Amino acid sequence: MINGLVKENPTFVLLLGMCPTLGTTSSAINGLSMGLATMFVLICSNFVISAVKKLVPDMVRIPAFIVIIATFVTVVQFCMEAYAPALYASLGLYIPLIVVNCIVLGRAESFAAKNGVVASAFDGIGIGLGFTWALTLLGACRELLGTGKLFGISLIPEEYGSLIFILAPGAFIVLGYLIAIVNKLSKA
Amino acid sequence: MENSLYVSPSPHIHGGDSISKNMYGVLIALIPAFLVSLYYFGLGALIVTWVSVVSCVLFEYLIQKFLMKKEPTICDGSAILTGVLLGFNLPSNLPVWIVVIGALAAIGIGKMTFGGLGNNIFNPALVGRVFLLISFPAQMTTWPLVDATSAFPLTYTDAATGATVLSLMNEGISVKDLPSYTSLLSGAHGGSLGEISAFALLLGFAYMLWKKIITWHIPVTIILTVFVFTGILHLVNPVSYASPFLHVLSGGLMLGAIFMATDYVTSPMTKKGMVIYAFGIGLLTSIIRVFGSYPEGVSFAILIMNALTPLINMYVKPKHFGEK
Amino acid sequence: MEKLKSTLPNMLLSLTGVCVIAGAILAGVNAMTKEPIAQSKAATLEAAIKAVTPEFDNKPSEESYMAAVSDGDSVRIYPAKKGNEWVGAAVESYSKNGFGGEIKVIVGFDKEGKIVNYSVLQHAETPGLGAKMQDWFRTNKGNQSIIGRTITADGLKVKKDGGDVDAITAATISSRAFLEAVNRAYSALTGVDAKGAATSKSSKEGGNNNE
Repeated sequence: MINGLVKENPTFVLLLGMCPTLGTTSSAINGLSMGLATMFVLICSNFVISAVKKLVPDMVRIPAFIVIIATFVTVVQFCMEAYAPALYASLGLYIPLIVVNCIVLGRAESFAAKNGVVASAFDGIGIGLGFTWALTLLGACRELLGTGKLFGISLIPEEYGSLIFILAPGAFIVLGYLIAIVNKLSKA
Repeated sequence: MENSLYVSPSPHIHGGDSISKNMYGVLIALIPAFLVSLYYFGLGALIVTWVSVVSCVLFEYLIQKFLMKKEPTICDGSAILTGVLLGFNLPSNLPVWIVVIGALAAIGIGKMTFGGLGNNIFNPALVGRVFLLISFPAQMTTWPLVDATSAFPLTYTDAATGATVLSLMNEGISVKDLPSYTSLLSGAHGGSLGEISAFALLLGFAYMLWKKIITWHIPVTIILTVFVFTGILHLVNPVSYASPFLHVLSGGLMLGAIFMATDYVTSPMTKKGMVIYAFGIGLLTSIIRVFGSYPEGVSFAILIMNALTPLINMYVKPKHFGEK
Repeated sequence: MEKLKSTLPNMLLSLTGVCVIAGAILAGVNAMTKEPIAQSKAATLEAAIKAVTPEFDNKPSEESYMAAVSDGDSVRIYPAKKGNEWVGAAVESYSKNGFGGEIKVIVGFDKEGKIVNYSVLQHAETPGLGAKMQDWFRTNKGNQSIIGRTITADGLKVKKDGGDVDAITAATISSRAFLEAVNRAYSALTGVDAKGAATSKSSKEGGNNNE
């Protein structure tokens, strides 16, 4: 479970799920919400897949897993649209994409399909937390550099923000430097 | 690799290794354009260029010394050249702190992240400019107006502002209101501080050809491509597409074609490759200018073709061997 | 328990089972969240109308109607009434000439035809430039605010086009498109309410002989 936080961090080390990572992290709160939504899906799908793994024949396991994952993603999407419409408006496009996030299917294949129910759920928590903190950090850096705010609180006057960090190129630049720093720190 | 690139400081402009010789040669070729910008933009041009050069050299020194932990090579002139080219690509009324951020992006992101001089894929000065263009679009697209009657105006950030020829075209102003060709040649129109006078830039081109610093292939192909492409459009519909002369003389085309597309590190090695590369730049520039949402496309075009340079090098070379 | 073998009946059975259960769960969640989703959507529209019109006590979203504009298209109008008296309206208008494509705005007018407020519903303008329109045209600075203005025969125009509205710095195209949407809203509204006719082919400028 600890593995997912640093050593096998899905974003910085495994480089999985780059599409939501780059697309949704324009602010810290967006990154955090996306991370939490993915974590919820991860825990539920890991748990269920681990529970039903013996009932699903090998040859059809991928379609079955995808249906299970898609179900939970749709649940998240409905709930978000109903109870947090503002968040849904900014993340909307990326929520359905959790289905094809490599992390979710990857953990289902490599962990939940081989391990017990409780261990799988904890694996979901670990990987989910790793994804969440990575996205939050990325979102925080981009928000601070781009608008001078952090979680919506203004730290630097807004006219000093470099718009590029809010836009797509900034996502690549910040992600690149964060990976470099994480590499440097984990080697030391 | 690092050692072969390191050149000890030399008191003579033409002394020393070929890297610094060429870098300083390019700097000399930029002098006419700088004088023109001093004449029209005055104090602002001086401040922006100076800040840009100083911060580029400073960032190069700091990053090499403390982050890369190797002997700084700031005297090879490449950081100075990056600074000058970056400054030339900015409006002369840009606040100092934005210039410093541009220098950090140019040296930090554009050059040192890839391992320093010789390893960078993209032209550092253009990385800095595009970074600023996307980050501070409002400040980067309001240009000080040129008053042709007063030499060396002492205005800086308080200068009156207006649009460039290209942004006027992009907004659909009729061709009649655009500046005359004489003012485009001499530089009496709005724009980035180093790009305004086509004549001064051509003078620099002639100097560099004479000193054999660059060959004619890249600049001439770029300008020819833009001329032909916009010329065809102009012939098809003279009302909505401006004349090819206007396209060639306005914006950053001359500056980009002569001084930035020709950067050794980021352009192809063979003559044939250079022509392909330059044709790509010319075509992309015209397409972005005519159909894109940004009024100017030279910097984007050069960066895109920079990225394709390794590919061009790969595909052009084998043919060369096969011909023998 | 042994893992199921990959035989055809097993595979069919297992996949059908997974799909049926997934379908059942989704049907349940859908039924549960249908009401809140509809409510939150209605609330968003309601809030947008409320923000841009004078105080009202009817239900504008239920009394809305379409009104034609001079170019043959039509826009939706939400009339605001207080005690059965017409006090103004919110008009959902658009412009297709934005820098990044379509701009959708909702503009509110009072009964004199003055602009009460506006809200940008949807746009794809450049952040930091055209995207500033959300606040730019209601900030009371120079000539940039359009709040409280009456649209004259020429419509609102940016200074560059001979009007008197300050355009967003370095974003003339977005500003132009925004004002076009506002003018369209006004023309649709006055075309209907001035004469009481359902449609009108009056020009975009519309005139200001509303009530």
